[in-house]
Amino acid sequence: MGGYIAKRLISAIPVLLGITIIVFLIMSLIPGDPATAILGSYATPENVEKLNRDLGLDKPMVQRYFIWLGNMLTGDFGRSFSLNRPVLDEIVERFGATLVLAGTSFVLCSLLGILAGVVSAARQYGAADKLITLVVLIGISVPSFFLGMMMILLFAVELRWLPVSGMYAIYGGGDLPDLLRHLIMPALALAAVATGVIARLSRAAMLEVLRQDYIRTARAKGVRESRVIWGHALRAAMVSIIPVLGIQAGFVLSGAVYIEIVFQWPGVGRMLVDAILKRDLLLVQGGVVFVAACYVFFNIAVDVAQAMLDPRIKT
Amino acid sequence: MGTRVYRAVGGVSLSVRPGECLGVIGESGSGKSVTALSVMGLVASPPGVITGGAVRFEGEDLIGAPYETLRRRRGDRVAYIFQDPLATLHPLYRIGDQLAEAIRAHHSISAGEARERAIRLLNDVRIPNAGARIDDYPHKLSGGMRQRVSIAMALANEPDVIIADEPTTALDVTVQAQILALLDDLRRDRGLAIIFITHDFGVVAQLCDRIAVMYAGRIVEEGPTAAVLEAPAHPYTRRLIDCVPELGQGKRRLEAIPGLPPMVDALPEGCAFAPRCTKAVPDCARGDIALERTGTRAVRCLMPEESA
Ligand code: SF4
Repeated sequence: MGGYIAKRLISAIPVLLGITIIVFLIMSLIPGDPATAILGSYATPENVEKLNRDLGLDKPMVQRYFIWLGNMLTGDFGRSFSLNRPVLDEIVERFGATLVLAGTSFVLCSLLGILAGVVSAARQYGAADKLITLVVLIGISVPSFFLGMMMILLFAVELRWLPVSGMYAIYGGGDLPDLLRHLIMPALALAAVATGVIARLSRAAMLEVLRQDYIRTARAKGVRESRVIWGHALRAAMVSIIPVLGIQAGFVLSGAVYIEIVFQWPGVGRMLVDAILKRDLLLVQGGVVFVAACYVFFNIAVDVAQAMLDPRIKT
Repeated sequence: MGTRVYRAVGGVSLSVRPGECLGVIGESGSGKSVTALSVMGLVASPPGVITGGAVRFEGEDLIGAPYETLRRRRGDRVAYIFQDPLATLHPLYRIGDQLAEAIRAHHSISAGEARERAIRLLNDVRIPNAGARIDDYPHKLSGGMRQRVSIAMALANEPDVIIADEPTTALDVTVQAQILALLDDLRRDRGLAIIFITHDFGVVAQLCDRIAVMYAGRIVEEGPTAAVLEAPAHPYTRRLIDCVPELGQGKRRLEAIPGLPPMVDALPEGCAFAPRCTKAVPDCARGDIALERTGTRAVRCLMPEESA
């Protein structure tokens, strides 16, 4: 297993390199330059040129890429000029908030999705199955930012049960109950679509497994039906559910950007949007690479979990 | 969605005594597996439904019995062995755990005890090096070994009846012979009743005391193995036997019976075999034909073959 993990980590290197190249290219090619963005449109050409030199933007693109990459490898992501602090500090701080939101959403959509899928499959065509199928369809069809706005209208503006936005109350907040009150709506809004997708695929995976001979064997042995479903069948179905979880984690992470904007959540998604608007190149590049790397490593973790679950996978 | 119920099996009545082996024989699609599964309520539902009948185990009717009663009998008093031993074992559980689970589904014993019993069971079915094998996953074992594990699992709670559904079909000939010998020993040593479901007359001849021939969901002939093989009374049985070279009394007719068994949703009236029968008379397609019993034998045919 150790060798397998090492192998997967090594195979991630070209992926990560590819990501840095793409991010760098996109940021170099988008119109608008940072110096103008910083100095405003009335800046003199001399000042713009001087600032470009200070930012290292006068060098050829390839050279700039390697300087950036080399620095990143030593842990130096550069300095954000718009925030005037090291990029990495800002990312780590913001990513913590994103992790709280996306992590909660991911746990929610995994648990709810699998639960709904298993119950649906175990009661195929029954009332529970039909109800779940309907709810899932609605969940998949409504865009998360719209759902988020509707939730704000209902629960925050109309009913005043929950705070409208933010992560903590400005006055007197900061403890766990306060965080949870702020977290409920964005986490649910973010989880909705993924829950639907996971529920649908879990149902399909379970139905497939329930047809298998080894399920009949378990029943013929006299194993309790609850154990047949939640043990034998779900365990086998997890082999095809886990990769779906990996993919959905990516969707949750990218969907967090919208939700962070709708709910004013101080996460990495909002940071990136601000940084793009300000042409804060290093902050955008660093942020995207950081998030992408997290996703790549998460997927390796998913594959490892898969290999631990299924002895037939050659490791 | 249609709600028509197609009759896959009807009017089948089987019985087996302790220590006896009953062979149920027929082509694929003749309803033998459905019959076997329905005994313990294992017919997949949906789509399957059991609309009538009785399964009497030591006087207790199992059809229509509450789920919990059935579950307690399953694997404990009546155990199954299925066809494809790779598909019938759970791919993600170690075989020892699957065996232990079979025991612990019916007896509250510790994990350690269950493991010891599992090793003994593997020894009983002659798996070499059982103590090490027990921690293997099914895909590490050969087909024959896997089927031995399945048999061990069926034996786990010392059942009274084992229903074996084509247990040797997926195996090659040598392994098949070993498995048959094992089953034969087990029933003699333990007084097990075995219901052996197969399409292979050769297997039946080796193992079974009595046979029941099924066609299109019904029993068409029943009797002691030797007698039926020697003088089949039903034209269908006769043709089946002729298909088996070693049993075909030197005629070595290898070709299968012309035509196909009828689909369950299109059963003809009267004798279902009539379209393929060379001896059919007009009356055969008119009304139900009863299973006529004489002594130990029974046949469902208007024009039974002359006994030799
Ligand atoms: S009842 Fe008639 S058709 Fe059916 S097997 Fe006998 S002879 Fe043939």
